Amino acid sequence: MGNCMCQEAGVLIFPCSGGSDVGELSDRVARKMAKCGQARMFCLAGIGAHIPGMIESAKSANKLIAIDGCPVSCSKKTLEHAGFKVMAFNLKDMGFEKGKTKVDEHTIEKVANKISGGKVEENISRNSGGCCGN
Amino acid sequence: MKIEILGVGCPKCKMLTASAEAAVKELNLQAEIVKVTDIDKITEYGVMMTPALAVNGMVVSAGKVLSKDEVKKILSK
Repeated sequence: MGNCMCQEAGVLIFPCSGGSDVGELSDRVARKMAKCGQARMFCLAGIGAHIPGMIESAKSANKLIAIDGCPVSCSKKTLEHAGFKVMAFNLKDMGFEKGKTKVDEHTIEKVANKISGGKVEENISRNSGGCCGN
Repeated sequence: MKIEILGVGCPKCKMLTASAEAAVKELNLQAEIVKVTDIDKITEYGVMMTPALAVNGMVVSAGKVLSKDEVKKILSK
């Protein structure tokens, strides 16, 4: 049963993962948070495609977080269109401009900490050398 | 009617199977209950949280152990 998928869904995170620099940032922040155990990354495309298994899986979560790179807010809108209530974050509101954003470890960590309320940073100092230290 | 219980076989999957069997019996339905334990098959359905329940190939619940009455409600639709 090593592959059991019956653990609690908890918090699911949906980055827009768009084609721009801020889209990339949203994606890498979500992956960072997932690695650090702050949330489970989920497939926004599956929600947009109305895949029943994905919709039902998302319904079992305690909280859904959308991270959008720009004000078009595709992730937030896709989830709302599917009938979900979402906690939404937009990188534009955090001062990141499309086409002018450098995606590096420092930026990823800064955004992840804003979204998680500093918990990523806490994990890094607790587990230096662990997954969050990567 | 084909009812599939999707899950690798942990206690939660067994509880959902029991709920489905009881629901089918109480509703007096002609239904085949199949346990799907192959993880590749489960993910083909798009299911990321188990246990999940599929009726006639459509996932109707995931990540929850439904009670007998909840399964009955789904099967009665």
